[in-house]
Amino acid sequence: MSDLSQARTFDEFMEGIWRQNPVFVMVLGMCPTLAVTVSAVNAVSMGLATMFVLVCSCGLVSLMRNIVPKEVRIATYIVIIATFVTVVDYVIQAVSLAVYDALGAFIQLIVVNCIILGRAEAHASKHPPLVAMVNALGMSLGFVIGLLALGAVREVLGAGTLFGFSLFGADFQPWVVMVLPPGGFIVLGAWLLLFSALKRRQEARLAAQGGGHGA
Amino acid sequence: MAPESLGQIFLAAVLANNFVLAMFLGLCPFLGVSARLDTAFPMGIATTFVMLVASLCAYGLNLLLTMFQLEFLRLISYIVVIASAVQLVEMFLKKTSPTLFRALGIYLPLITTNCAVLGVALFQTAREYSFAQAMVFSFGGGAGFTLALVLMASVRERLQLSSVPGVAQGTALSLMLAGLLSMAFMGFAGLGG
Repeated sequence: MSDLSQARTFDEFMEGIWRQNPVFVMVLGMCPTLAVTVSAVNAVSMGLATMFVLVCSCGLVSLMRNIVPKEVRIATYIVIIATFVTVVDYVIQAVSLAVYDALGAFIQLIVVNCIILGRAEAHASKHPPLVAMVNALGMSLGFVIGLLALGAVREVLGAGTLFGFSLFGADFQPWVVMVLPPGGFIVLGAWLLLFSALKRRQEARLAAQGGGHGA
Repeated sequence: MAPESLGQIFLAAVLANNFVLAMFLGLCPFLGVSARLDTAFPMGIATTFVMLVASLCAYGLNLLLTMFQLEFLRLISYIVVIASAVQLVEMFLKKTSPTLFRALGIYLPLITTNCAVLGVALFQTAREYSFAQAMVFSFGGGAGFTLALVLMASVRERLQLSSVPGVAQGTALSLMLAGLLSMAFMGFAGLGG
């Protein structure tokens, strides 16, 4: 493999983590994002489940991209995705009942996570399997990072713990609203505000630099 | 499962456990279509209709699958049923109201991937609702979805006239708004059991 194609593969991988982060930049797959991120553990398990489904279905979609007629492609993708979700659903139930109960119906709702269908349609159906799977892996890592960022903040503020370990001792007064539904909206909103502020600062700095060179 | 009265189920689905604001279902259209009131309301109605059809079919399908002990096919068959129901609504709207069809745009086929619709089907199965209960539940869920969408759209229409700090424009602001709305809806907690 030449340097160029390696660089491109790496680029595909990083794209999902940073430049097109599904949670913070594209704001896709919001339903599981907000619903399961009451604790960091839930967030990570949801992220891993989604990762498995995303990578496997993108691989399969990409393998079948020349066989499936264009008219029925969406239906085919959905059936492929639903198959892998059923697999994940039964695996989680067998491995850990606690996680299964905590995530509840949201494991099955991975089927309708827009990230997966979006990737299958926009990327996997046009690229060979390896590239598609690398891209899917990056995308889902970005998703896990996003979920973790939300879950950690909500758990620390709302329960005073991180991954179940107490952080502040017994005197901590938990900010309960953060683990309730409004907290999800507000924490994600706050993250988006932060990113938008950072982006503006960077743009302002670039503009100032450009001006300096011009003068 | 304790028997719940139909009224309780309806109230809980509309207010206390509002699909969008308390259970985080159907957020994509909630954030995407809620910029204007005159598209938000029809979108809510269309989704409600799809929910009713999906719930009806899911109930029948579940009976059939349980009879043949094919429960592992539940998810796949539900999603296929929902996709067909959405196709039906799409064709109907295209014939009767082309303007509306264009206004809803990409969000209309996306009802298929609206978690609220699949959520209704999955929850009614998990809670072992009877036929009447399932119907009331799905109607309540749709009404709650429409309510949240209309509320959000009204607020966002007002916001267009006010000056907002540049950093906060766009999705961040919508999410903050949703957080406040959701907090208001928490006041209904406990209503309807």
